[in-house]
Amino acid sequence: MTAALINVPKKAKRGDVIEIKTLVSHIMETGYRHTTSGKIVPRDIITSFACRYNGEQIFRADLFPATAANPFISFFTVATESGKFDFEWIGDNGFSETASASITVE
Amino acid sequence: MQGQRASTRRRFLRLAGSAAAVGALPIVSMRPVEATPETMATAIRAVVGGAQVQTGKVKLDIPPLVENGNSVPMTVSVTSPMTSTDYVKSIHVFNEKNPQPNLGNFYLGPRAGRAQVSTRVRLADSQKIIAIARLSDGSFWSVTAEVVVTLAACTEEVI
Repeated sequence: MTAALINVPKKAKRGDVIEIKTLVSHIMETGYRHTTSGKIVPRDIITSFACRYNGEQIFRADLFPATAANPFISFFTVATESGKFDFEWIGDNGFSETASASITVE
Repeated sequence: MQGQRASTRRRFLRLAGSAAAVGALPIVSMRPVEATPETMATAIRAVVGGAQVQTGKVKLDIPPLVENGNSVPMTVSVTSPMTSTDYVKSIHVFNEKNPQPNLGNFYLGPRAGRAQVSTRVRLADSQKIIAIARLSDGSFWSVTAEVVVTLAACTEEVI
């Protein structure tokens, strides 16, 4: 099971502006917290997120330690054609997560 | 009897006065310590360059009073027709008192249809949040919001 939740409308009319909601499971350790013994907890965050619509990038985001745990991002796009959305999250320590969703445009 | 009482009151007032003066000193000397608004200004300059940032067009939806700074919902929207010639290129959100000045950078394009993004952020203190939008014509627009945080994020210990 993938650690990502995607919400994309299954169907849309051509030209409709649709909302895409994404949520991915990640601790987003800031690197500013320390243990009771005073040791800094090393940073472990997602640094970038991108969404492609039938191969073309339509949205990208840079994430920071200030992004809350389990990053939630929502944005909009125009439904132009039926096809697939590909989502990708990249982060520290080689973190990489992908997800996809399909849409039917009438 | 009465003279004695008056003198003790005078002494008390004098003591209280000097205590207040001493108490006021640390507050003044604490001010320069929380000086990350400068790092925010540097981060903004890194995005904007020398361009002038105008106020307007951008809307920042964030609760004015936050109980838990660990997860604060935030929505930024920009008034734009979002056509192929007039659209929002990117949205950048900054803060002044977190350990680092960025809250998020979002890159959109004319295909977005609507210039609006939502996310959840961490806030380490009550502070000022600034959202800046870069438009396709190269202009920058901004909005500022004040947020009061009761329980701060980032600083707690890991058990």
